[in-house]
Order: sequence, then structure tokens, then C-alpha cells
Amino acid sequence: MNINATLFGEAIWFAVFIWITLKYVWPPLQKAMAERQKMIAEGLAAGERAKKELELAGKRSADSLRDAKAKAAEIIAAAERRGVQMIEEAKQAAKVEADKVVASAKAEIAQQVEQARAELRSRVADLAVAGAERILKREVDAKVHAGMLAELRKEL
Amino acid sequence: MASGEALTSSAYIVHHLTNLTVGNGFWTVHLDSLIVSGLLGLFAFVGMARLAAKASVTKPGKLQTLVEMICSFVDQQAKDTYHGRSPLVTPLAITIFIWVFLMNLMDLIPVDFIPMFLALFGVHYFKVVPTTDPNLTFALSLSVFTIMMVMNVKVKGLGGFLHEVFTVPFGAKLAPVNLLFRIIEDIAKPISLSLRLFGNMYAGEMVFILIALLGFWQLPLALPWALFHILIITLQAFVFMMLTIVYLSMASESHG
Repeated sequence: MNINATLFGEAIWFAVFIWITLKYVWPPLQKAMAERQKMIAEGLAAGERAKKELELAGKRSADSLRDAKAKAAEIIAAAERRGVQMIEEAKQAAKVEADKVVASAKAEIAQQVEQARAELRSRVADLAVAGAERILKREVDAKVHAGMLAELRKEL
Repeated sequence: MASGEALTSSAYIVHHLTNLTVGNGFWTVHLDSLIVSGLLGLFAFVGMARLAAKASVTKPGKLQTLVEMICSFVDQQAKDTYHGRSPLVTPLAITIFIWVFLMNLMDLIPVDFIPMFLALFGVHYFKVVPTTDPNLTFALSLSVFTIMMVMNVKVKGLGGFLHEVFTVPFGAKLAPVNLLFRIIEDIAKPISLSLRLFGNMYAGEMVFILIALLGFWQLPLALPWALFHILIITLQAFVFMMLTIVYLSMASESHG
């Protein structure tokens, strides 16, 4: 056990190594480890968040699917209603048209009947006059009896 | 045996326990201790500094993981024991643990390998294990002691420190007794710290040398002792580190 100047040499080595560790080994290592820790924590948090978001998105998509289905059903119902309504309207229109056609036809018929009647009337009057002329021959003067004939024609 | 000395047991042992020296008197320098401890330290700490400089956050390599594991283990020990705020404690503890461990590890190199190799170059004495040199262990413990004292004054202030020295543990009335106790306590710290490491490693080395003297029978004996010694190597490095942390935490906490 002889203590000598080696002690100072070793103390200097020791100081140098402490300095290296203090300055160049521990701080960067600590920083790297802290950063890694932070990164892992952040990654885990992000995973958790993503999981939640996925859940939310699933819920949202289910919701919107349900909405879409309801809306589609609504649209279909509306379309059906509209279809029925259109058919109804078409029926109505057709009926009106048909009535109109029938009415005009009836009117025309009535007119023609009226016309035929008027013609017939005049013919019957003529025929009656001709018959009367033939029966009566000279006894009846057309000019004298014109007033009476006209009266007759009116009565027919 | 490296030189042409007589092959007696005591000569062999003495030969193995003699340092390679330069100078004389107090200014003798143990070259072997200085060189081996310096090379080991440079290898470890410069290597670690280079590794730390390009430490990867996302893809730590195997070596980086190992260094990180050791450092964070030491850091955990320091955090558990030392509650002050000095940023020096963890690096100091890391330095002590790794350096002492590596120097102790030299004990596992068979006792004759390096001396015989160096004898080829005319170097006759070479103690490979720097921790068997009390100069080194005292250098460590006295450095720790100095840091401890500086921390005492820094944390408590000079007045607070002196107050503690004179009043703990018996109060102001027994100031001289307190001072005496404190002096004994503080002297005991570096001495026990250094002698514990020195004694363990010196004895371990001595056992290796004695085993080496047994001729053929050293073969079955050297291995179990080496295996057992791995435990002592690690344990002594850990104890030195741990006690340093404890002393520093004592220095930065008020006893009163």
C-alpha cells in the first residue's frame, strides 16, 4: 500500500470521464429515451383516439344509412301517391273529355233532329196541301187558304 | 513468470503484485494503473459518447439498447435514493459503475497472460487490475468526497453546513462532540469506500495468483473462482456507485 502521485493521475482520469459522461453521454441518451417515451405515449394515445373515431364513424355511417333508407322509403311513398294522383287526374280528364264529346254529339243530334223535323214539317204541309188539292181540286184555292195553311204548319 | 527470477512461490506472488513504476518517492507513478484505467475509460466513455451522439430515437441498435439499459438502471438507482436536483449525480454514478466494472473485469484475464506478453517487449512488471491499486480507489473516493463537500456547502450554504456540523446529532450544547463525530463520520466515508473496493479486488487477484501456483490443479479451480468472481466484480462496482449516491444524497439533505 504505497500512496503516491498515481492518485492525482487517476483523479484526473476520473474527472475526465465524469466530464465526458456529464457532457456527451448522459444528456443525449436521456433526450433520446425521453423522446422515445413521448413518441410511444403519443402513438398509444393516437391509437386510442383512432379507435374512438372509428367507433364514431361506424355509428355515423349506421345513422346515415338509416336516414337514407327512411328517405328512400319516403320518396317511394311520395312517388306512389303521385302516381295514383296522376292516374286519378287522367281519369278525370278523360271523363270530362268524354262528357264533352258526348254532349256535343247529343247537341248535334238534337240539331239534326230539329232540322229534319222542320223539313218534315214543311214537307208534310206541302203534302197535305197537295193531298187536299187533289181531293178538293178546284174547290180549294191555294191563295184563299194560304192563311189557314200557315196556321196548320205552325201547329205541326 | 515473466522475468528470470527464481521460481519460488513468494517471488511469483510479489512479482505479480508489483506495479510498473516511473519516478521515485512520492512522485512515483504507477504506469500500469494509469494506462489500463485510462484505456478502459477512454474505450468505454468515448465509445458511449460517440454512440450517444448518433443515438436513434426510433431504431435503437443493440449496443445503444445495452448502454441505455445500464444508464437508465443507474439513473433509477440515483432517482430512488437521491432527491436533490444536481444534474451531476446520475452521470457520476454511471461513470463510477461502468469504469469500476470494466477495471474489475480485468481480474478475469488469466494472471499470466498480459505480463508474459509484455515480457517479450522487456516490460517486467505489470498489474493489470487497476482497482487493486489503492491509489486508484483513493483517487475515486477522495474525488467523491470532494464532490460531497462541495455539495454540502452548495445546498445548505456555508452557515447551514457549519451549523449542521456543530449541532447534529446532540444539539448545540455538545458542539465539540458533534464536531468530533462529524469528522470521524466524514473521514470514514472515503476510507471505507476505497478500502472496500481495493480489498475485495486485491484479495480476488491474490486468490487467482495462488490458484495459478497450483500447477495442473489450477485448471479445475480457476474456473469456479472466476465464475464466483464475476459476482464480486459486478457487486463491488454496484456498491461503490450506490454508496456514492447515498453519500451525495446525505450531503444534499438536511440532517437537522
